[in-house]
Amino acid sequence: MNALRSILLRRETGIAVMIVLFVIAVGIAKPRFLSLEYLRIILLLTPLIMIGAMGQMLVLVARHVDLSIGSTQAFAAMVTAMMFKFHPEIPWYLGFLVSIGVGLGLGFVNGALTTLFRLPSIIVTLGTLNLYRGLTFIISDARQVDRQYIPSALKAMSTTSPILGIPWIIFMALGVALLTYWFASHTRVGRQVFALGSNPAAAPLRGIRVNAITLMVFSISGALAGLSGIMYASRWGFVNPSNTGAGFEFQVIAAVVIGGVSINGGVGSVLGVVLGVLLLGCVSAALPLLGIPGTAQSAIYGAVIIVALLIDRSVRQRGIAALAAQRARA
Amino acid sequence: MLKRHLLAGLAALGLAATFATGALAAHDFKVVYIGKNTGNPYFDSINGGFVDACKQIGCQYEFVAPATAEATSQIPIIEAQIQRGVNVIAIAPNSPDAMNQVLDEARAKGILVLAVNGDLVGNESHRDANILPVDFTKTGPNQVELMGSLIGYKGDIAILSATTEAPDQNTWIAAMKKTLAEDPKYKDMKLVATVYGDDQPEKSTTEMEALLSNYPDLVGVIAPTTVGVAAAAQVVQQRGIADKVHVTGLGLPSEMRDFIKDGTVKAFQLWSPYNEGWLAAYFADGVLNGTIKNEVGTKFDVPNLGSITIGDKNVMNTQAELTTFNADNIDQFNF
Repeated sequence: MNALRSILLRRETGIAVMIVLFVIAVGIAKPRFLSLEYLRIILLLTPLIMIGAMGQMLVLVARHVDLSIGSTQAFAAMVTAMMFKFHPEIPWYLGFLVSIGVGLGLGFVNGALTTLFRLPSIIVTLGTLNLYRGLTFIISDARQVDRQYIPSALKAMSTTSPILGIPWIIFMALGVALLTYWFASHTRVGRQVFALGSNPAAAPLRGIRVNAITLMVFSISGALAGLSGIMYASRWGFVNPSNTGAGFEFQVIAAVVIGGVSINGGVGSVLGVVLGVLLLGCVSAALPLLGIPGTAQSAIYGAVIIVALLIDRSVRQRGIAALAAQRARA
Repeated sequence: MLKRHLLAGLAALGLAATFATGALAAHDFKVVYIGKNTGNPYFDSINGGFVDACKQIGCQYEFVAPATAEATSQIPIIEAQIQRGVNVIAIAPNSPDAMNQVLDEARAKGILVLAVNGDLVGNESHRDANILPVDFTKTGPNQVELMGSLIGYKGDIAILSATTEAPDQNTWIAAMKKTLAEDPKYKDMKLVATVYGDDQPEKSTTEMEALLSNYPDLVGVIAPTTVGVAAAAQVVQQRGIADKVHVTGLGLPSEMRDFIKDGTVKAFQLWSPYNEGWLAAYFADGVLNGTIKNEVGTKFDVPNLGSITIGDKNVMNTQAELTTFNADNIDQFNF
């Protein structure tokens, strides 16, 4: 009984229930939504957001925020795509190192500015959001890198794999999620991120090196945004200085917050974030299928995010109240 | 004595040279082209036409564009260009009316204002002339005919457009609907849906997937926007259904080349954006130097384009019909 109750109280359960209800509701209206075909469409909508969300989760848990990930994605993708364009002799898989490395560097800058000058990260990354986007325009001369320059092997990663034909990028997103889970729950440093976020004032007293941890979470967030950059090139076959990564930070933060990560730091789970990403993927895929007109889609998308948060909140409050009552009786 | 004559002669020569450059200076005007937004490959091509024409003419050219294609985003740029003292403002307007006031201000200062690749529909009095690649009333019928030829003039088709409020696309879609309804040649083609991908690859892709799911009998999709047609082609390519669903629309050869080469797309259309920049620069040069009268009915010659006629509402076109790109000719186009 208590085991069941604790499962029901978990944030992840609430999101999972919401996903199931949403999928059933859409499935009744459009049975095709329940097909393998649509599972594939939904999963293909999520890898970039999933990878960005893992980094953002760690940043939020440490009581910071990284608004620059969309621009980081664009800059890393542009550097990589320009390398493919002007140096086609370089093996395509080295693009991953370049994209991740560039992202890591930009993330490190975010972390360094935040820790060195004791600036609020929301301001720092708002600044670098514009800075990195501007640099993307400068290095690219405001020009798109077209499809013909993106290596075919890289584009193929978004279409297939030898494993049931499920595209590689879905496995990569899953791999990043598993690594993040291991890091957050099974390493000392990972647990220190949570400790820092839940009580920054007490963290140094507990021997946590606050600056080092802060630098690390921003670097991880940047590196993952960099990884999402080369995956953008793979998925869409081009890199554009203004389109690539535009609004990425909002998709990611929405998914992370729906997934139960507290913007006040200290709280969050990888499973919750994965479910949050999947819920948004389901909504994005369902709206056009339901034939909802383009003008109404973004309003509905926004409303779904708010409703998800409200339902979750009320369910949890009731759960906490029930738990308190039970404790009072005992 | 001799020396003095020599000096006077040199001075006279110098004077003559000054006059000569004075006459040439009329071609040395400053022209700016304000695009819809930066990073849009379509405008790279128009830009190229301006650059090359200004090299020939001798004008000073600059390209600027706002970060986003919002209605008001071009206003501060126009103001800055007026301050800079340009002679010609060419602009791809992001709004038919938001810039009326600032454009009037420019014209009051004697700046020639040209709408290039789009017009101030309903507010034509706020610009001096308009340069369009083709007569846009032909875009809809041409696209329907191309689609018809691909599907044997029979079956369910859909349209994947840009944003719901995009003025050009909406004009073309209205013309497509009219053509389908009125021309008996297309009586067996049925338009089942019009959806909007907002010119974003993600959104265009999900809308395309939904079209294929909702309309299993679909045989064709027309996407009259460069982002949309590439996204639709990618979906068809990945699903391997190119023999069942034909994608066509308005696309850039540089973005569509791969899809044409692997047979995903048989043919698509566009015009030459490059020629718009080329014509605009030559037209501006002619008007500023008095060799072209900016009046309806004026005819003038432009290198490489031949005779151009200023039409109703001072609109000029660089070509009569849309260009169709296919496997036979795509390699001849490098934009």
